[in-house]
Amino acid sequence: MTFENYKYKHMKILETQNIVKQFENHRALSEVSISVEQGTIFGLLGPNGAGKTTLIRIINQITAPDEGNVFLFGEKLKPEHIKNIGYLPEERGLYKKMKVGEQAMYFAQLKGMSKSDAKEKLKDWFRKFDILSWWDKKVEELSKGMQQKVQFIITVVHEPKLLIFDEPFSGFDPINTDILKKEILTLKEKGASVIFSTHNMESVEEVCDNIALINKSKKILDGKVSDIKNQFKTHIFEIVFEGNFNKFSASLTADYKILDNVQKENKSTLRVSLSEGKNPNDLLTKMLQFGNIISFNELIPSMHDVFIKAVNGNN
Amino acid sequence: MNNIPLILKREYFTRVKKKSFIIMTIVGPILMAALFIAPVWLAMADNDEVKTVTVYDKTGKYIEAFESTETLKFRFTQEQNAEKRREDFKNSGDNALLTILDTLSNDFVLYSEKTPDISIKEQISSNLEHFLEDRNYKKLGIDKAKLDSAKVKVTIETKTLTAEGEKTSSAELPIAIGFISAFIIYMFIFMYGVQVMRGVIEEKVNRVVEVLISSVKPFQLMAGKIIGIALVALTQFLLWAVLTGIIVGFVYAAFGSSMMPQGQDLSQIQNISSQQVENMMGNGQFSEIFLGLINFDWATMIFTFLIFFAGGYLLYASLFAAIGAAVDNETDNQQFMLPVTIPLILAIVAAQGIIKNPDGALAFWFSIIPFTSPIIMPMRVAMGRFEVWELALSVGLLIATFTATIWLAAKIYKVGILMYGKKISYKELWKWLKYK
Repeated sequence: MTFENYKYKHMKILETQNIVKQFENHRALSEVSISVEQGTIFGLLGPNGAGKTTLIRIINQITAPDEGNVFLFGEKLKPEHIKNIGYLPEERGLYKKMKVGEQAMYFAQLKGMSKSDAKEKLKDWFRKFDILSWWDKKVEELSKGMQQKVQFIITVVHEPKLLIFDEPFSGFDPINTDILKKEILTLKEKGASVIFSTHNMESVEEVCDNIALINKSKKILDGKVSDIKNQFKTHIFEIVFEGNFNKFSASLTADYKILDNVQKENKSTLRVSLSEGKNPNDLLTKMLQFGNIISFNELIPSMHDVFIKAVNGNN
Repeated sequence: MNNIPLILKREYFTRVKKKSFIIMTIVGPILMAALFIAPVWLAMADNDEVKTVTVYDKTGKYIEAFESTETLKFRFTQEQNAEKRREDFKNSGDNALLTILDTLSNDFVLYSEKTPDISIKEQISSNLEHFLEDRNYKKLGIDKAKLDSAKVKVTIETKTLTAEGEKTSSAELPIAIGFISAFIIYMFIFMYGVQVMRGVIEEKVNRVVEVLISSVKPFQLMAGKIIGIALVALTQFLLWAVLTGIIVGFVYAAFGSSMMPQGQDLSQIQNISSQQVENMMGNGQFSEIFLGLINFDWATMIFTFLIFFAGGYLLYASLFAAIGAAVDNETDNQQFMLPVTIPLILAIVAAQGIIKNPDGALAFWFSIIPFTSPIIMPMRVAMGRFEVWELALSVGLLIATFTATIWLAAKIYKVGILMYGKKISYKELWKWLKYK
């Protein structure tokens, strides 16, 4: 890795500082600061109406913040930056009466691509998705899922450095969701940075490197996905154990609490909660006296659990 | 990054390529050309048919008055019984039955099975008039040749005094041009203003707008749409003018020669209308209209027409764009449509009165107020009934007003296009104007 590349890798592609946006009688964003690193996928999470779309619109210069600054590539946001962003909004659509190819050309040129360049790149993408035969079809002849594919291409064709996807998988079947996920990861490999706004926590876990959680206009959580999950650990262990359960259970002190136990023949599957600061190794040593351990796992919360816990705690 | 040309191109070409546009472009001129051609053609077609009239002359004194021509034949009957006569007429298939029962009281009755044919009626009455007039001349000892030579025909030429001198003009022509221009501006503002609104609503309903708005500024989107549709309107207008001209010219060129001799036939038979034809062909109305067309101040008219066409369109199209942005679908737009369309309709209704009194207070105010001036001012200019300061004031106010409405519309547009599922009130719109 050369020095230039190294510098690039850790550059912040996007940074928002204390963004405030006030509407008539409700505050959409209060002092929200996020930063997205070059070449990573950033999950922007939050319940409905938290202010995610407003933040995305501010980044896209559709609305202006009341306070705070947005920096793209270290520069204050300016109109020319639009070409470097690809935005797939949640509310999306195409001109129904227009031909697919014609329409894709139009959007690509609006993003500043030349006619010949747009045509070449679009044809490549259409070929990749195996939809070249749709080029001269009218949009209204396509199914919803097909239209979504076209929309995805329109979002990425001008090779923007920052991609913003708002609920990209809604309306896609599992097969197409998979194709799309792969494409997003490929784009990341090639150096694009992605902001990913979704309710689908499973996909967050799969693709996101970092996240920020917004609730009621405020950012309540952010960081690396793995760090956040650790932060939300509950010190519960799931153990599959073969031996004398009753004797083992009787030997436990108050620091170890058995939450539940499923007994099948002489095999027990149990969940044990550890008090803060207790070492799981002590538990292991103790259990070994009463039988064999088949598996021993710490239960790491899913992003789904983190989301619910964080939002409920905040409310 | 200026995307207006791209947006404009899309707005223009998607509309011009539409089937409805192509059909309108072809059908429009055909209909208009038909308006010019149909009367002549109908007269021709009418003329081809040979009509027969059964004449029952109880007095026996009028036989000489009815001389059959190529197109109108007379057949005489001596049947005394009225019932029988009618029965015979019905069976004969003749066009009409004329009965003359008394010499003194002009007791002429024309029977027919269907609606009475006006051309037959006119010919018969003209035949009878001439016949009776000739008889009177003889009775009074008047020499018909002398009488004819004593007849005088007067045509009054109308001229307008202008700075360059006097010009032959037509009194009717400027009124016609004025009213046509008023109507065209009214029609195009309405038709294409509504198209702007539909276009905005379409983008909103299809949710294209959110995708668009991340690459273009809302103002560019609105401006591109308004100008693009204006060019569609202009294209349609020019195509109509040119195609109508071509069709009319072609039809007259192709059938004109065959129309002329028959037209003369017609004038020989129908003495009343032959006088009109003479008036038209001679030094009267025809040359007056022709000279009027040449001498009409086209430069001022076209210039004024274009300014008010464009200004009026910009004023109303921007308002229509704002309406489109404020509502979610076309059924919701009634409350906003009404205040915008009322001045337009008022102007075209008032135009009919203003034509009669182009210097009155109504004419003055309607040609100054920017919401009606695009329709009324060109009309007054066509009629030559305006002061230069009035025109200047009207244009100035129009420009100021459309600048203001565009500014206002842009504000409403910017907020409205991203607002879904909300029933919008005037109060809400007022708030939008204050958004950053």
